[in-house]
Amino acid sequence: MPLEYDLASGSTRELNKKLHALGIANKVDNICITNPNGAHALAVGLTRPLKVNIKGHVGYYCAGMNQIAEVNIDGNAGPAVAENMMSGYVTVTGNVSHYAGATSHGGTLLVCGDASSRCGISLKGADIIVKGSVGHMSAFMAQTGRMVICGDAGETLGDSIYETQLYVRGSVASLGTDCIQKSMTEKHKNELETLLVSAGITGADAAEFNRFGSARKLYNFKVDNADAY
Amino acid sequence: MCGIVGLFAKTKEFEKELGKYFSGMLNEMTDRGPDSAGCAIYHNVTKANELKIVAMSETPLSKNKLLETIRQSYPDASVQELESLHFLITLEGESKEAILELNQCFPNLKILSSGSSIEIYKAEGLPKNVLEKFSISSMTGSHALGHTRMATESAITTAHSHPFSTGDDLCLVHNGSLSNHNRLRAKLKKEGIYFSSDNDSEVAAGYLAWRIKQGKTIEEALNHALEDLDGFYTFAIGTKDGFAVLRDPIACKPAVISETDHWVAMASEYRAIALLPGAQSAPAWEPAPGKIYSWSH
Repeated sequence: MPLEYDLASGSTRELNKKLHALGIANKVDNICITNPNGAHALAVGLTRPLKVNIKGHVGYYCAGMNQIAEVNIDGNAGPAVAENMMSGYVTVTGNVSHYAGATSHGGTLLVCGDASSRCGISLKGADIIVKGSVGHMSAFMAQTGRMVICGDAGETLGDSIYETQLYVRGSVASLGTDCIQKSMTEKHKNELETLLVSAGITGADAAEFNRFGSARKLYNFKVDNADAY
Repeated sequence: MCGIVGLFAKTKEFEKELGKYFSGMLNEMTDRGPDSAGCAIYHNVTKANELKIVAMSETPLSKNKLLETIRQSYPDASVQELESLHFLITLEGESKEAILELNQCFPNLKILSSGSSIEIYKAEGLPKNVLEKFSISSMTGSHALGHTRMATESAITTAHSHPFSTGDDLCLVHNGSLSNHNRLRAKLKKEGIYFSSDNDSEVAAGYLAWRIKQGKTIEEALNHALEDLDGFYTFAIGTKDGFAVLRDPIACKPAVISETDHWVAMASEYRAIALLPGAQSAPAWEPAPGKIYSWSH
């Protein structure tokens, strides 16, 4: 039986304390959270093997700094969902607001709807898979990791990008500085297929995607500038 | 930061409970702005030639003195004294002349709103106190806008609180900050727009009033605003018949909209909408950057 926690009669702080006390000794615990009603900072900083299911829309910073845990949000998520995630798996069945998955080092964020602006900014190694579209300034200064966008991308995708791989199936409103389209080799197709399969996406074929990444022309990529330090 | 909310009734039944639900929404935005709060309620439409003005005195003022003075020019005028030196004045006349006269006779009287439907109430302190002071929760109305302020660019006073109104039945609440407001204010002053504070958001309200004075619709005025206003903003704008929402093209200030058959609601955060009847199953979405959304009766 999964544990249940009703936020209509409890507090965020009490819930997060409870979550942090669970999952000891590698025993996977299931917890179901009801009536989130847009509350902030739910299921933040989890470091144990939990399966957290949140029934409804959440506010800011849900599942931030996640490690190991699986967090499923059955609804929409506010700004900065799964921000700075280290590992684990975060799923959102609806749409997400700004900065989804920003600065995440590892793990996977799966968004079943659309993501707003600045999705995956400063990405540091996580995988972000968006079934819908992403807003403007997504993947800004993204460093490593992969972003899969099954819909369209907004203005200035991948501005000042480093080495994150961007796969976009739909249109791209515009590319940011130093972000260019790159060839889709077999290696990349295989990588993308694995990502799509792992996310349970069957309606999108890897061959329909375009790949984008860094042209490596900005200051940091020039060996002549190494002397500056 | 700051919190903004807007609630628009689509049915007569919901109009009866507008104040109650609006109060809940504003209260929920306390964390985003505990310095001051304000509400613009559209209700109790006056007769065709009548005008209502909500004014707030910055110094002690007796209702009788105010009434006596107003009646010299407007013999049928009435004055209702409310909390915190707010007065609701009803008279037969044009708002421009009436406001000018009030300003001349009572230099410490700030005009918060004028029109046939709008009433603006605002005060320093937590939203809860402001809502209670003016009994907002028991009010009926067609639509309402509210603001909870966390002051960043000017002082914490009632005069600096939102909503701002610089035209009849027109008001604006703002989350964000404008960077070209000083220059724009100077320009608008020359065009005859009156400002009661040095607040940046009031300039946005004045700008829209100026465009509407030129004969533009609220949608046209907002399209011009996208060109002429520099800064961060999510605006909610109230007009006599409805309300509109606009975010700047960079869109770093939040906004959520939700709609059912009974109401349309916008708020800085979803949690303010969650308490509305039917919200759990209603679609909720983020307004797109630089796109104008509007509803009217």
